[in-house]
Amino acid sequence: MKPGAKALGSSIAELIGGTPLLRLERVWPEGNLFAKAEWYNPGQSAKDRPALYILDEGERSGRLKKGMTVLDATSGNTGIAYAMIGATRGYPVCLCMPASVTPSRIKVLKAYGAELILTDPKLFSDGAILKARELYAADPERYFYADQYGNENNWKSHFETTGPEIFAQTDGRITHFVSTLGTSGTLMGVGRYLKSRSAHIQVIEVQPDAAFHGLEGMKHMESSIVPEFYDPGFADRKMTVRTEAAYRAVVELAREEGLLAGISSGAALEAARAVARENPAGVVVTVFPDNGLKYLSEHFWDDIL
Amino acid sequence: MTAKVEIPSALQRFVKDQPVVEVPAGTVKNVFSGLISEYGELKNHLYDENGEIRSFINIYLNDKDIRYAQNLDTEVKAGDVLQIVPSIAGGR
Repeated sequence: MKPGAKALGSSIAELIGGTPLLRLERVWPEGNLFAKAEWYNPGQSAKDRPALYILDEGERSGRLKKGMTVLDATSGNTGIAYAMIGATRGYPVCLCMPASVTPSRIKVLKAYGAELILTDPKLFSDGAILKARELYAADPERYFYADQYGNENNWKSHFETTGPEIFAQTDGRITHFVSTLGTSGTLMGVGRYLKSRSAHIQVIEVQPDAAFHGLEGMKHMESSIVPEFYDPGFADRKMTVRTEAAYRAVVELAREEGLLAGISSGAALEAARAVARENPAGVVVTVFPDNGLKYLSEHFWDDIL
Repeated sequence: MTAKVEIPSALQRFVKDQPVVEVPAGTVKNVFSGLISEYGELKNHLYDENGEIRSFINIYLNDKDIRYAQNLDTEVKAGDVLQIVPSIAGGR
């Protein structure tokens, strides 16, 4: 290529963020409910954002050096993001996850070349977190422990990208932001940004209704290892969703809205609809973290497909 | 004549914090009924609103998924071990 010539095409990293805001027209015809479609990221989930920020900052700080292995606990989406970005930068990736993750998720990770360590499914994601910490403690020179549950660059990625996108995409008219909780990065990052633009914007967090749940990607904070940057006093309101209600919402999104969305998206829709119902003059935005392709083997689809 | 049921950590508070509960042997359906009759708070966590075992729950009898045996009609003998395992990790 000639010196000074503009590079053609885009890199994976350049394609992260800038996802569309969908107007939900059939599952909520009232017209005041919108969802950010995060599967438009190249790794097909919102997790591309924190993964990129975490790895970029790791390199800038010198904590992540050539030859090191990226290590974290993840049930999949963040792992997919690490594996994808790691592949473009030549970093081996080692991921700890519960053995009960969907088989298709495991295949995707292995396709990107990640090493997987499967942990006790009865311990949910906490078992994977403890395993990752153990591995890092045993060999800190070998591993860059990305630590999505404690790394501030997780929520910062949403503060600097997702939040501004949502504000701009609603022309600043957003009144309510509804976020499911996993690491809480989306809630804390987007929520903080939106409140910095207007203190009147209401931030609502959504959790599973019980410690024992089937909502992949979501965390019941009271019964789990709490992410370090989660602030339980931050959201203006806390809501919960029962697993089966989220499953029904997933089917409804596919059949009525043409969106094959993931399980946490179903939970987001359930909660966001309630908020939209209570605030007919408001502009309610939620995030759909990933698409539903990875979850088609889940048994709630058995009687339907 | 009892079988053992391993209780996931998220449900142990409903069975007096026991990680393993002994129940009379029978079919898986009988075992679960027995579990619910003794520990009523488990019902809403194990069954959906239609009275079916919730779809995200996998039940293993001696490490084999009962879906590949006779499902809830699978015979559980004295000394057998049943595991209740959510199929979704609950993480990210």
